Amino acid sequence: MVIRAEPRITPADRLTHIKARLGINRMNCRVAPGLYALGAPDRSSPVLVTANYTLSFDALRGSLGGVDAWIMVLDTKGVNVWCAAGKGTFGANELCARIENAGLANVVDHRRLTLPQLGAPGVAAHAVARRTGFSVEYGPVRAGDIKEYLRTGAASADMRRVTFGLWDRLVLIPIEAKAAALPGLGLAAALWALLGPTGGWAALAGVLAGIALFPVLLPLMPGTQFAVQGAALGALSAAPFSADALSRSSWIEAAAYLCISGAAAAFLALNFTGSTTFTSPSAVKREIARYTRPMAVCFGLGFALALVEGALRWSAMVW
Amino acid sequence: MVTETINTLRYDADHCIGCGMCWTVCPHAVFAEGDGVASLARAEACMECGACRMNCPSGAIEVESGVGCAAAMYAAALKGGGPSCGCETESCC
Repeated sequence: MVIRAEPRITPADRLTHIKARLGINRMNCRVAPGLYALGAPDRSSPVLVTANYTLSFDALRGSLGGVDAWIMVLDTKGVNVWCAAGKGTFGANELCARIENAGLANVVDHRRLTLPQLGAPGVAAHAVARRTGFSVEYGPVRAGDIKEYLRTGAASADMRRVTFGLWDRLVLIPIEAKAAALPGLGLAAALWALLGPTGGWAALAGVLAGIALFPVLLPLMPGTQFAVQGAALGALSAAPFSADALSRSSWIEAAAYLCISGAAAAFLALNFTGSTTFTSPSAVKREIARYTRPMAVCFGLGFALALVEGALRWSAMVW
Repeated sequence: MVTETINTLRYDADHCIGCGMCWTVCPHAVFAEGDGVASLARAEACMECGACRMNCPSGAIEVESGVGCAAAMYAAALKGGGPSCGCETESCC
């Protein structure tokens, strides 16, 4: 059975994309796996393979205006091509099963499949060829380059490189914010209760430094250690609040802000590793081993100082 | 000769047949076309995604690929088991 697909992205599709980026109804962002006909494909049209995450499928079909092609959607449980390839759900077994199910050998005369390059971690091209008779060629990283690839039959060096531009990083912030919202607001409430409004705002600034400022400034910061870069941004975000505390001769409060914001932003920055397009598990393991204890000690020290300052103020009020 | 690197990537040029799959699939140009075989051009840029190892038909490449997410590694350390990102759940990254 072949399903029809359109290259046009409707306003309703765009709303779905925005909601997915905000984490709303994320689990329904999937399309039915199977073989789709885009335009009016015939027995010589290319077969393009993608994941059943709506944003992946839409990126592909939205880039194919005016092209006649078959699109084979693998069941990746609603996960994008690269992540699914890493997990193996965008993999040779699923691909071979789809080829069989769709009766692809009877749909096209050629024996070529075009996979996105980022599907490669999950698929051994030579194994697919051996099992199905279809040869796998890897197209460009980005769907936006697929038309050019189909026209020339080759991907340039740029098309083969993954990038992580400002927009790629910005769209990730809402999900980071959502994940950090509860502990972040809890921390702000605790510091507000202990140290007043300045404490609450200082905590929020530290959390924001980790989830928003860090992704924005990522390529501009020196060094490669996420935790160190995050700690620096956290300390920077605490600076105005610490300066304010010092102007009131409250050095305990000033030190508390530096410690808490530095540790919180370092931790949040370290948690951004999985969202980047270049971090290796080896590097993350090294950072976790090196910085988990310092982050915990720094945070604990900061919170202890906040408690001391709060207690001093409370006793001053009582006496 | 096996080249040692700062990550888990290991490339044995003696086993390379020069098919070009590794420099095609690598998203960070870690491999480049060399003299009849692949050359390890930017080993330090490897993110251990495993695409090259998976698509090398001659077994010339070894790399331990896995989830590169600190949150997943912390979760694995707390709950036990291997790290896995929560991409089948509502809390997907």
